[in-house]
Amino acid sequence: MTEKTKSYTDRTWDFLCSLKLTIVLLLLLALTSIIGTLIQQNAPAADYIREYGQANYELFKKLQFTDMYSSSWFIGILALFSVNLICCSIKNFPRVWKFFKEPLLVAGPGTFKGSTNTAEFSSKDSKQEVADRVSTLLKKEIGKPRLTEKEGKLYLFAQKGIYSRLGPYITHLSILIVMAGAIIGNIWGYKAYVNIVEGSSIDQVLSRNGTVPIDLGFTVRCDDFDVSYYPNSNRPKDYNSDLVILENGQEMARKRIEVNHPLTYKGITFYQSSYGPAGSAFFKVKATENASGETVEVKAQQGQNVPLPNGYSFAVTNFTENDRNFGPAMQMRIKTPDGKNGAPFVVWQNFPQFDVKRGGVFNFALLGFEQPQFTGLQVAKDPGVNIVWLGCFLMVFGSLSAFFFSHKRVWVCLEEDGKKTKVLLAGNAHRNQPGFSLAFEELQEKVETSVKNEFQKKEG
Amino acid sequence: MDSGQLFNLTTVAYFAAMVLFFAYIASKNKTVALVATLASLAGFLIQTAALGLRWYESYQILGADGRAPLTNLYESVVFFAWSILLIYLLMDWKYKQRTIGAFVLPIALFSMLWAQMSLSSTIDPLVPALQSNWLTYHVITCFLGYAGFAVAFGVSIMYLLKIGKEEKHTGDGPMGGVLGMFPATKVLDNLNYTAIMIGFPLLTLGIITGAAWANYAWGTYWSWDPKETWSLIVWFLYAAFIHARFTRGWVGRRAAWLSIFGFAATLFCYLGVNLVLSGLHSYGGA
Ligand code: HEM
Repeated sequence: MTEKTKSYTDRTWDFLCSLKLTIVLLLLLALTSIIGTLIQQNAPAADYIREYGQANYELFKKLQFTDMYSSSWFIGILALFSVNLICCSIKNFPRVWKFFKEPLLVAGPGTFKGSTNTAEFSSKDSKQEVADRVSTLLKKEIGKPRLTEKEGKLYLFAQKGIYSRLGPYITHLSILIVMAGAIIGNIWGYKAYVNIVEGSSIDQVLSRNGTVPIDLGFTVRCDDFDVSYYPNSNRPKDYNSDLVILENGQEMARKRIEVNHPLTYKGITFYQSSYGPAGSAFFKVKATENASGETVEVKAQQGQNVPLPNGYSFAVTNFTENDRNFGPAMQMRIKTPDGKNGAPFVVWQNFPQFDVKRGGVFNFALLGFEQPQFTGLQVAKDPGVNIVWLGCFLMVFGSLSAFFFSHKRVWVCLEEDGKKTKVLLAGNAHRNQPGFSLAFEELQEKVETSVKNEFQKKEG
Repeated sequence: MDSGQLFNLTTVAYFAAMVLFFAYIASKNKTVALVATLASLAGFLIQTAALGLRWYESYQILGADGRAPLTNLYESVVFFAWSILLIYLLMDWKYKQRTIGAFVLPIALFSMLWAQMSLSSTIDPLVPALQSNWLTYHVITCFLGYAGFAVAFGVSIMYLLKIGKEEKHTGDGPMGGVLGMFPATKVLDNLNYTAIMIGFPLLTLGIITGAAWANYAWGTYWSWDPKETWSLIVWFLYAAFIHARFTRGWVGRRAAWLSIFGFAATLFCYLGVNLVLSGLHSYGGA
């Protein structure tokens, strides 16, 4: 191939690896993301037309501003960003890997002379003796040193925190992992919702973006729903549903869910999200036969004919929560065994004795009324979510190790110098140099003490 | 004594500390700097006690429904001030650059004044969606992150003030006057980076705990609502800042400006979204 094409691929590669591209893309992502916070996303067309006019709406549609976070151009920027991340890592990783594979065991004279953190001592003891002592010290202070002999000189190398070199790469990988998790969730998962009336069950849910029913593969029954309020207010404190999971008629799981405490079964999670009234209310009615004193307690819906002993029946024909300040009251009538309707009469919940006075075959008491509720559940299946959490964990872990730990290296060179031993010391850290310089000064003192063997003198 | 009075005392301490920091820069008297730092520390300790007391008061008012004081705009603004002091004091302890107080304390002081003068401090029970431990983790991490950015912002302002004069300054002698008291521009540039290095992982954690909470409450860890999106915008900006360090030409002045833009975006994410845009988050309508 000609040289031109090669340099063209090279240039493309350099472009894709470049940090300038990273910065531009990050700023571009920040800037374009603003659009979707100013223009409402996924609203009905009429809303946009009302607010911005027809022409602007057409423009928004064309630019995909009404669903911009899944627009082709936004996904495109994210894709280019990922490519940038991958290329840059591929390009730089070998350089980092070298620190693991081929640590610089023997430092050249440049390291001992030219760098910031260096020191030089001399000792009366032999090379080997000094090496032993310094090794023990380095092992304690930095890490087990490695000894190399070269051209009559002894070299020591110790290091600490080499894994922090991987920090940026772990962070970068974590971003790709999060994206992968999000993509998996988008392809193989769904977001849906369902309303279940208390006492009933469902085996399908409705997709949140569209109204396609989705088969769950099992049945969910709601046994009970409750709302509790804060004392003396109508602020809801909690609402919860007793859910039961059934497969082939068999109970597989049961949980009382509430907001922030969902139920998960077979990868599908049910979140308490709303509630509301379902159908007409039930009245709890106690009927007493005046002759025998026998009582029955029944549940009645408005308009429904409810059987009583001896062929009688009754129906609740009307209800009010507050009848002229007397509290809840129902209007009802009795049907005799021969099918005749009696005259309507009223029963007040708070004054049961009134109906005893009415006479007749039965007297009634209103024990309570219940409005059946439906519980509104968000339903989600997201097989990618744990991958996202893994990515998040690595992201925090990786950026902390990148920012707050550094790879510290220390080199020592021991050289015979007449009867003495010349000791050269050097160190560096790949970040936080001022901090390392302080640590190095301390180390330097300890090495000096050790080299000159001052411990023993003091002890002896 | 109730928590409100302790918060008043906190505000007074921060005001005193700020004035003393100004006095230090003007007088170059080291003792003044020490007193200013002690005043900040005293304010911080009083505020810590006040937050604890407010937590306790919530149990007195709401019984078993008491909660950490992190749930409405008033409480969050107060906690923002506390976070700024925490990060500032830690950095002061480590780097001992006293003049920075003059540029950081005003932010905390302003927050306290705003909270106390115009926000409602009643302790209300929580709606069900907010009854979650994730709320506590989410708010603490986000605000400590914001505080790191606030300190970086203060330092960046100092950098820009100083670099402008430094470039015009001729001769070899050290710069005199007020700006001469500021840390060297190289130090300021580094502190800017350090503060962002503290803020960035915390914001990352804040976004993650928020996502975890949303997932737990609603089954979606990310729904691009304006608050979430703005936190991501802030995150992108600081990620750009971090990488800009590796590219020549993006340190110093440009880094300082990026930090200032970052903090402006942070404030918009925190307040603007609720006061200007609408969304799921609860602090709005203050
Ligand atoms: C939002 C996404 C990103 C995050 C959160 C992120 C995070 C980080 C972190 C925490 C560091 C360590 C910084 C330091 O040592 O001071 C880093 C370094 C780096 N990042 Fe990123 N990064 C992102 C995107 C990218 C992209 C797209 C590239 C592609 C070119 C890139 C290239 C680099 C390079 C070259 C380094 C220096 C690596 C080294 O010191 O060996 N980053 N990044």
